[in-house]
Amino acid sequence: MTIALTLDDACAALAADPTATVLAGGTDLMVQVNRGDHSIGNVVAIDRVPELRGWTREGDVLRIGAGMTYADMADPGFGALAPALGQAARTVGSPQIRATGTIGGNLATASPAGDMLPVLVALDAVVELRSSDGERHLPLDEFVVGVKANALSAGELIVAVRVPVLHGPQEFMKVGPRNAMVISVASLALVVDPFGRTVRVGLGSVAPVPLRATEAEVMIGGRIDWEGGRPPTAGDVDRFGQLVADAARPIDDHRGTAAYRRHVVGVMARRALVRAFGMVGEEAA
Amino acid sequence: MSEVRATQTRGRTRPSGIGESVRRPDAIPKVTGAFAFSSDLRHDRMLWGGTLRSPHPSARISSIDVGPAVAVTGVHAVLTHSDVPGRATFGLEHLDQSVLAGDVVRYAGEPVAIVAADHPDTVRRALDAIQVEYEVTEPLVDPSRAETATPIHPDGNLIRRIHLRHGDPSAADREGLVTVEGTYEVGMQDQAFLGPESGLAVPAADGGVDLFIATQWLHVDRDQVADCLGMDPDLVRLTLAGVGGAFGAREDLSLHVHLCMLALYTGRPVKMVYSRHESFHGHVHRHPARMWYRHHAEPDGTLVRVEARLLLDGGAYASSSGAVIANATCFAAGPYRVPSADVDGVVVRTNNPPCGAMRGFGAVQTCMAHEAQMDRLATALDMDPIDLRLKNALAPGDRLLTGQVLTGTLPVAEVIRTCAEHPSAAVRSDEPMTRPGGAGRTADADHVVRGEALAVGFKNLMFSEGFDDSSAARCELRDGVVTITCACAEVGQGFVTLIGQITSEVLGVDEVVLAPVETTGIGSAGSTSASRQSWMSGGAVQKACEEVRAAVVARVAVTHDVPVDDLVLVEGRVESLSGSVSVDLAEATAEPLSADVVYRHAPTSPLDHDGQGDAHVSFAVSAHRAIVDVDPDLGLVRVVELTTSQDVGRVLNPVQAVGQLEGGAAQGVGLAVMEEVLVDGGRIRNASFTDYLVPTALDMPPVEIAALIEQPEPGAPFGAKGIGEPPCISSTAAVVGALRHATGLELARVPVRPADIALAEAQAGVDR
Ligand SMILES: Cc1cc2nc3c(=O)[nH]c(=O)nc-3n(C[C@H](O)[C@H](O)[C@H](O)COP(=O)(O)OP(=O)(O)OC[C@H]3O[C@@H](n4cnc5c(N)ncnc54)[C@H](O)[C@@H]3O)c2cc1C
Repeated sequence: MTIALTLDDACAALAADPTATVLAGGTDLMVQVNRGDHSIGNVVAIDRVPELRGWTREGDVLRIGAGMTYADMADPGFGALAPALGQAARTVGSPQIRATGTIGGNLATASPAGDMLPVLVALDAVVELRSSDGERHLPLDEFVVGVKANALSAGELIVAVRVPVLHGPQEFMKVGPRNAMVISVASLALVVDPFGRTVRVGLGSVAPVPLRATEAEVMIGGRIDWEGGRPPTAGDVDRFGQLVADAARPIDDHRGTAAYRRHVVGVMARRALVRAFGMVGEEAA
Repeated sequence: MSEVRATQTRGRTRPSGIGESVRRPDAIPKVTGAFAFSSDLRHDRMLWGGTLRSPHPSARISSIDVGPAVAVTGVHAVLTHSDVPGRATFGLEHLDQSVLAGDVVRYAGEPVAIVAADHPDTVRRALDAIQVEYEVTEPLVDPSRAETATPIHPDGNLIRRIHLRHGDPSAADREGLVTVEGTYEVGMQDQAFLGPESGLAVPAADGGVDLFIATQWLHVDRDQVADCLGMDPDLVRLTLAGVGGAFGAREDLSLHVHLCMLALYTGRPVKMVYSRHESFHGHVHRHPARMWYRHHAEPDGTLVRVEARLLLDGGAYASSSGAVIANATCFAAGPYRVPSADVDGVVVRTNNPPCGAMRGFGAVQTCMAHEAQMDRLATALDMDPIDLRLKNALAPGDRLLTGQVLTGTLPVAEVIRTCAEHPSAAVRSDEPMTRPGGAGRTADADHVVRGEALAVGFKNLMFSEGFDDSSAARCELRDGVVTITCACAEVGQGFVTLIGQITSEVLGVDEVVLAPVETTGIGSAGSTSASRQSWMSGGAVQKACEEVRAAVVARVAVTHDVPVDDLVLVEGRVESLSGSVSVDLAEATAEPLSADVVYRHAPTSPLDHDGQGDAHVSFAVSAHRAIVDVDPDLGLVRVVELTTSQDVGRVLNPVQAVGQLEGGAAQGVGLAVMEEVLVDGGRIRNASFTDYLVPTALDMPPVEIAALIEQPEPGAPFGAKGIGEPPCISSTAAVVGALRHATGLELARVPVRPADIALAEAQAGVDR
């Protein structure tokens, strides 16, 4: 077990043994260990590495350290810059989990139900990776490559994730059969880029990897009154919900059926859009 | 020196009398983490035990090769069916379950082999190394096919049928009655206690074994373990270890015999702790039920006849299924006057996980159905559902479905009225987290609809159908110090507090020593179940204290030459009313006094061929009113408020009473909206607290107590009724009733799943 106190320590320990297991908050890892799924050799603990903690802003780029916990994300200063991440962080687990679980762990686990992922995909996030061989940057959709599968190479560490500061409304919503501490059955992030004039939608738990609802984004981007600020019509909202639901590729499992997941994705999309822009006319149920 | 800390309920408490909110002696240690649960047990030279379980719900075992496991370094024992020293089977009602599977496995998770080794990791490796060849057979998983399917057990697939027939069978064969019919379903609930099965067996020098175990009933465990070990019961000594919740799941044996076998074989202490995953496979669950009902009533709402067909899935082994179906059947119509009834109650065997005791014990399932029927009937009659219930409320002097006349108290109308009339404190909060969906941020205020409903339920207290139900207790008074010995299992209900209250009340002392809770030196206290221990073991302790009190008074009367009637025990002294005598209790008991008693409740009779008979001792009724918010588009729910009234006989300890009412209601809310063991093809799909969801603080509303109705029950110690079970009987029915009210949907199944609401139209293919 190496308790890394600097980023260089951590990289050196991983270079010395590229098969070593990285331990951040341990909230995913220890579950796997308890289940007996994970055979562990050397461990590199990174929770005391100062370079991995906290966030910085450079212009309109927000750089979030991989070791940032969900509790850290409750900081209103952070929430003002990346509202949907702050909202998503609040939905994660319980206070105990939020105090120790990290965004880096969520990324590395790459679960279809990881709550950071739909937000990060909607924000076109870029993941910063480092090993003793150097650094590389991967867009989120190249980093998460399948169910619990990521593009990390042996000995590589997630150092940070970069997202844009967008200056528009953002919404994260998550559906689960319990009102707190629940794994998402479906989740949705909607972010608005008023300068780029785009509405971007990320979906969680409805495919092996976080998805974008591209068709819906294009449709609604063209219907928003970006200058006048007139809210979309009920028809637009409905059409948007339909297209987002169509984008989902859900499955049946013990947490919910594909039909339910597709349905709630559409409902969340409509609600998120109305929260962001308001609506003219009556919602169609 | 070895350290066995299994008797943390021992110790001094600072009691005061009956009716006071005396603090639990184990409260602080439990909150601070100092309390030793059974999983905290340790012993010098201790080995770890583990269990290999069948992955198949139905299979023949063609061979077991333990050789590779024995060869693992650090392994001390690998035992199978052929190593069981005594009787090969056990069971609460029928000896139909194998200690270790022989040639057949009947559920996924059935124990096949056990291992003892020097470390839990070694245990795991050894379990992996055991080679079992299974010939997999088609599992019987549909309970409705069980009676006609090929028997999966020599005892057959029908565990018990009670065809209850009451009153005039042709009562409803006439015009002018209003009839409603419905089919209901209840999913499999888990007790979800927090402390998984665990224990420590220590081989003894006399060839016997000491077992430290978390259980609900030490003596019946002891007898079963001794039989399976082929040992004299005196050589098998059980001591209660710290119990992390029970709720019925610790009535059956789990790892008891396995631990003792491993300890006796290795000559070393052996500890075993189930993982959460294993725990879900290692204990019985609440029976899933399918129930058809038809109610007939006069146009004014008077019930005329109730017909019901109840089918409970008992899973692979009988456990206490026979008693569960008896309760489901006897209380099938709820606490209402029903002059004519035909209830066919059946519990069958399948290759699903075994089901047995859980808080509410058969009455939970039928309450959900009979209350849905009462609401449906009210709608058909265009009558207020509360008026309908009041009109038919059972009262002392009335007959139950079993023909038994209610001789004790049963304030049905009172619980309904007080609950219904209690003002609601529910407000519409602006806090988004308190809307359906909670932390998920899914609902805005205008997406939410509210509903409200009331439900009533009742059940028996204590064991029924002629069972010889008893509890033994000893009170010793020496040097003024009272020691109580009783084998009543403290599983969290607060009996340890009650003992102090009783001794304070009867003997006027403010301290009591609780002897270790064990099988040695004291008789059975019966099970901590069926809402029975305050009455039974409370009764035993009270009687023992009263006998000691009488003896002290008699002694002082003689030594001081005063009449017995002049003497009282107050604050550790024996005093005469006139004031002439005042003797320190310590002095009066320098020569100790003690009394041993066995307490029994009034006898009951078996049910006859028609399910008739005076089968029960006493009953308790409760009502819940639920207010719920629903987000119909997403099918998400938040229970906003629960209000309850309960028939308690007498409140023994107000704080503990509230604890029971809140905790029971939380289990009821869980069953209504989320708690279900999902079984697919005989296999549990959600054997973890990640996926078996229990309510969090955001799901569980405040419980408003409208009334604790105190009508002393004749024959009950202090007039008090058991209060543990009713809170989880009517709460589920109230919540699902409120969900129906909010959505206008039928919702004939619990737990109500989000899709049952959100996709109701699509699922039913009809409009609402
Ligand atoms: C009770 C409970 C509730 C939960 N609820 C939620 C929830 O609501 N939503 C949700 O999304 N998740 C939830 N989780 C899962 C978990 O908390 C999150 O995924 C969390 O973000 C994991 O972070 P961690 O720091 O604990 O990771 P760890 O467990 O320490 O690590 C997880 C994996 O990531 C790797 N890793 C960690 N950091 C790095 C890094 N910087 N570089 C490379 N690899 C790394 C580790 O090697 C390991 O394989 C819950 C877990 C529990 C136990």
